Amino acid sequence: MTGRVIIIGGGVAGMQTAITLDELGFKPVIIEKEASLGGKLCRWDRLFPTMTPAQEVLGDLLKRVEKTASEVRTSTTVSEIEEQGRGVTLSDGSRLDAEAVVVASGFDIFPAERKEEYGYGLYDNVYTTVDVERMFREGGVRMADGREPKTVAFLHCVGSRDEKVNQRHCSRVCCITGVKQAIEVKQQIPGAEIFSFYMDMRMFGPGYEELYRQAQQQYNIHFVRGRISEASPTIDHRIHIKAEDTLIGRPLRMSVDMLILAVGMQAGSSNVAFGRNNNIDLYPSGFLRPLNQFSGNVRSSSPRLFYAGTVTAPKNIGESINEGIAAAYQVAQTLNAAKS
Amino acid sequence: MTTWGYSISRPRSIDIDRNDMSYSQELLREYPELQTCIACGNCTATCTAANLTSFSLRKVHTLVRRGEYQGMAEELEKCMLCGKCRLACPRGINTRQIVLTLKKHLVNRSR
Repeated sequence: MTGRVIIIGGGVAGMQTAITLDELGFKPVIIEKEASLGGKLCRWDRLFPTMTPAQEVLGDLLKRVEKTASEVRTSTTVSEIEEQGRGVTLSDGSRLDAEAVVVASGFDIFPAERKEEYGYGLYDNVYTTVDVERMFREGGVRMADGREPKTVAFLHCVGSRDEKVNQRHCSRVCCITGVKQAIEVKQQIPGAEIFSFYMDMRMFGPGYEELYRQAQQQYNIHFVRGRISEASPTIDHRIHIKAEDTLIGRPLRMSVDMLILAVGMQAGSSNVAFGRNNNIDLYPSGFLRPLNQFSGNVRSSSPRLFYAGTVTAPKNIGESINEGIAAAYQVAQTLNAAKS
Repeated sequence: MTTWGYSISRPRSIDIDRNDMSYSQELLREYPELQTCIACGNCTATCTAANLTSFSLRKVHTLVRRGEYQGMAEELEKCMLCGKCRLACPRGINTRQIVLTLKKHLVNRSR
């Protein structure tokens, strides 16, 4: 027994898996494709619904990982997971054996360029919610020419619930992200008029509905039910948008200084390669299908292959961290039973 | 003069750039709770007038919020001010008061 457990991915789920496995007496090895741990959390500014600085959550996890005996291999990717979870092949061709493997490789951000009708990457002043997080980290939302926008439109469900880009699922967290950012823009620019184009508002977490209500009542964000069909640039570098106000049943047009696309979560690009393992099953969405959606969310059909976090479905940070704990305990249970 | 029966259709689009949003904003300042409307339609579902006419408070409210005032005063005449909508509203909006306020303000605007 080496006690070695390979964790693929060093985001919040992977880091938490390592922390708990270490507590339980195992030797976690985190394989992270980027140069440092943290995953997508490194890119966020403040977290919904409490506006907690992302750095606070990240810093805490990093500190706790550091205290463990975990081995961390950054800038390394996994090209193959062995059938029974007894090892992986790394991108350099070398093999790393293990007692179990936890797949915590996360999700990819939907590339907004694929929704060409919104002009992301084509026109000035069309951004994604991911860009907005970066702008907030860099000091605030600015248009391409450096001025603050006076009219801002958010569009929800970009790359979610959309058959045209093969993303039929709901990404769950974009609704609340859009609401959070609308509030933040309003806090930065109190005079700005903000319109939020939505299909449904899915406020699934504690405090989310309350934040939505705050956005409506306290921050006067205008919520318009309807999907923007297209965006086009105006001669003065603004964005003209077309939608239907579906609560009225008439087309609606307006021009805005900035259009922000609430991009969804799509299945991680490595999932297809992982799916070559016969014990790893994929949903039609490309996310990995756990053994049982109710009682086996962190298990695969192989007893030594586990999942944690958004590799199986869109989740928020708290849920992903919880799955890290759950996966670690399930690993311990399996390995301890094998030992005795 | 001969009339040929042709006419020009006015555009149906709501053009936020052209609409006068000032009254809409004024209304929200007076009744900020209006902003919490989630357009559930409970007011219309329970509405006595809506049962007999095409009146929909949800729709009238949404149109006013987009700066579309034309015909709204006439629309609001259908309301009998029974106040059932207020009992039903899950956001606790005083819908009956909103109808009264809208009627008072929009009677001069809607033509």
